[in-house]
Amino acid sequence: MPRPGFVLDVDRSTPPTMFWRGEGFSLEKLPPDRSRIIYPAEPLPALDDIDGAIRHALLNPIDSDPLPALLFPGMKLTIAFDDVSLPLPKMRRPDIRQRVIEAVLDLAAEAGVDDVHIIAALALHRRMHEFELRHAVGDRVYDAFAPRGLLYQHDAEDPDGLAFLGATPEGEEVEINKRAADSDLLVYVNINLVAMDGGWKSTATGLASYRSLRHHHNPTTMQASHSFMDQHRSELHKSNWRMGKIMRDHGPRVFQIETTLNTDTFPKNFEFLSKREWEWTARDRAGFLATKKSLDRTPVKLARKIFHSIEAPHQMTSIQCGEVEAVHKITTEHVYAQQLVEVQGQTDILTMGIPYISPYNVHSILNPILVMCMGLGYYFNMYRGKPLVRLGGVVIMTHPTLPDFHPVHHPSYIDFYEQVLSETTDPHVMSAKYEKSFAEDEWYKHLYRTSYAYHGVHPFYMWYWGSHGLQHVARTIIVGGNTKAVRRLGFTPASTMEDAFEIASDVVGRNATVTHLHTPPLMVADVK
Amino acid sequence: MRALQIDRKLARFAAAKITSLIAPGKGAAHGPLQCVEVRAPHTPVDDGNWHVLRPRLSGICGSDLSTIEGAASRYFEPIVSFPFIPGHEIVADCDDGRRVVVVPVLSCATRGIDPPCRQCQAGLINRCERIAFGHLSPGLQTGFCSDTGGGWGQQMVAHESQLVEIPTTMPDEQAVMIEPAACAIHAAAQVAVAGMSAAGVNDAGTVAIIGAGTFGLLTVAALQARRQDEGLALNLVVAARYPQQVGAARMLGADRVMPGAELARSVRRMTASMAIGDQLTGGAETVIDCVGSSDSLAQALQIVAPGGTVLMVGMPNTVSLNLTALWHREVAIRGCYAYQRADFDRAIDLVERFDLGRFVTETYPIAQFAEAIDHAANAGRRGAIKIAFDLREKN
Repeated sequence: MPRPGFVLDVDRSTPPTMFWRGEGFSLEKLPPDRSRIIYPAEPLPALDDIDGAIRHALLNPIDSDPLPALLFPGMKLTIAFDDVSLPLPKMRRPDIRQRVIEAVLDLAAEAGVDDVHIIAALALHRRMHEFELRHAVGDRVYDAFAPRGLLYQHDAEDPDGLAFLGATPEGEEVEINKRAADSDLLVYVNINLVAMDGGWKSTATGLASYRSLRHHHNPTTMQASHSFMDQHRSELHKSNWRMGKIMRDHGPRVFQIETTLNTDTFPKNFEFLSKREWEWTARDRAGFLATKKSLDRTPVKLARKIFHSIEAPHQMTSIQCGEVEAVHKITTEHVYAQQLVEVQGQTDILTMGIPYISPYNVHSILNPILVMCMGLGYYFNMYRGKPLVRLGGVVIMTHPTLPDFHPVHHPSYIDFYEQVLSETTDPHVMSAKYEKSFAEDEWYKHLYRTSYAYHGVHPFYMWYWGSHGLQHVARTIIVGGNTKAVRRLGFTPASTMEDAFEIASDVVGRNATVTHLHTPPLMVADVK
Repeated sequence: MRALQIDRKLARFAAAKITSLIAPGKGAAHGPLQCVEVRAPHTPVDDGNWHVLRPRLSGICGSDLSTIEGAASRYFEPIVSFPFIPGHEIVADCDDGRRVVVVPVLSCATRGIDPPCRQCQAGLINRCERIAFGHLSPGLQTGFCSDTGGGWGQQMVAHESQLVEIPTTMPDEQAVMIEPAACAIHAAAQVAVAGMSAAGVNDAGTVAIIGAGTFGLLTVAALQARRQDEGLALNLVVAARYPQQVGAARMLGADRVMPGAELARSVRRMTASMAIGDQLTGGAETVIDCVGSSDSLAQALQIVAPGGTVLMVGMPNTVSLNLTALWHREVAIRGCYAYQRADFDRAIDLVERFDLGRFVTETYPIAQFAEAIDHAANAGRRGAIKIAFDLREKN
């Protein structure tokens, strides 16, 4: 039986705690008697018969006819699936999307459906490389569909490839992929890694255009989402759900498939990363030391390559299909069952080790903007109830924060870093002054559509993602970060964790409480 | 009198060149520049048009540094005469009681050439065709001619046509910026109108300035003055390396200031250009190169728009440059040297309007020339902009 998440009160006998630092780690001593560490739950057991569970779910959906009943000869069937941003790290083959899509295709073939398109729902993310598509859908599906142009990637800038479905009473325009909109049935295959994934966000975001996305990917919506992981208090969620109503009334019939994964995140040789330090065996300690020492000597490019080659052993814990909202309700329960950790009260200082990866730098570089997004966008928002850190508290991250950018994946990030952040870090100011020009820049559009670049507006979205955190905390400190880059983000650099606590004491006093979010693996703090 | 003098001593030029390659600015101690006692220059003809001047302040220019460090082009050899006393950014007391700045170009009028050459007749003294002829020894400017002396000596001579009286209220530190400001006004005047803006005013489009030393900054001020006086519309973007340059460029009116490495990306965004490799498909209508190196020119060609113009304000030497883009995109590279007489009147206004005297960061007596040259050669990294020699009585 896996153990649930756990909150450890730090005392003088507590061993140093592991912090991620990008493509490396460090062990840090937290102040005794006023610190606590939140450890995630151990991975839930995977389903025994995954293919059987998939087939069962397709035949026994929630609030919907079984999938075979929705399939008929001559129909237009579109299968959309989550892109390379999920899961993290990428899962060992076969990817769950492959298993689900193959099962759906088997049923479609049995029903005589021959007009099938498969679309990577990448919204404004970069296009997936062929090897990534093959990893996600499998060689069999890729070879059968891609060469005939039937497996492709959503293009949010294709004027002929978008359909306007209408607007919500709040004026939110819903514009999605035309093929999906024109289909008799849209099957959406999700991997619900965290609670905000899935539901109407899949279609209203994954298959949408900038025209549509800007209505919820903005500072106002993000700052009003408390948090992204709490549907009832997330303005982002509410906006997507309003758009979902337009989809339901004017869009295609949607057959939602949602899957959850356990948090078995790292393979055997990196097992120590998922363990609690005081339970490290001699082998774990040796593994940590050997890995750390060799990483310290490894050029950062090689280290990135090594880490991005990690394939996670995580496996499916649930699958549910059918009507979008009903499905998502159950999915969220499964995600919470794995990830929720009950925590009593807020903290003055929240510490977090930022790892090498985020949803937006798979096979790429976690550039300074993504460091901000990971810290204040993702980790800060890993709460339900109240933020882990109190209003006016301090966030301390550890990450090298090198001013390195992937020139192919993140071209507009470079300009955002140089031209926007040099002038303002205020999400509202940059939104008003610069967002439109980045979003409509023809060069970025070209690179998004034909190369492997994130959309021109994407760095703004990453910054907005952290805007609630920015608004909430009084100071953000990055330990071990490139001084210039950290300052460009508007944060405070510190050489050591001790220095960081010293700096933080200016804001929260000398006896401030400290909470360390020991993640990954993923967790959500249920703050009481 | 005491003066700093450059003699034709090839070994010293070589020593300066080698030393400067290792440590910029250090060549002065071993190079051709020496502080010496010399006979004061005398007026070349006694026609009543020549005056004796006693310099008060005299700036150190990039072209002076190139000469001192043995880095100047051999092109100049026939149009200078040794030994000469450098210094062409001069504010001086004239023998008739006026306080003046000097228009250093030694054109036909100063050389007694009559009729003057076609360029001088047209008022384009900076293009004078007779700079090595007439009753003066060769010398493109005061400060490069063995007969006239220069601003780095206690006494010099100048022709009446070279003198511009300055307001009595203007401090010397402001006045010494007038000559370089006149260069900047001349450069800014070459920026062509590319069309009409949406507001119906002349629009120069995007103008990029590479380099934010004295010339770069003064060119920003001169363009800002055109914006203010003529209503000229333009997006002015400046590549600056050092913090004081960034601050000064912004203060003078640049719309965007960034490190050189960011310039191409910034121009691309400002001009809604595409890019093919490192080459922008569009770009800035005018690029003003205030550096004059192979790298700066290559960058200028990378970011200039098809049909655009690269103005070379910084003094170049032999450069290695791929001109394919220039050919393919019908780009013009145009030299931009010195000024005309009228530019000095505008320069006085520019200096006062933008308080350009504040850019004189440090002055030295000529006896401390090695230190002064070192400071000037490393002005950027030492937080300075303009270094000058102070020849006033106390020194």
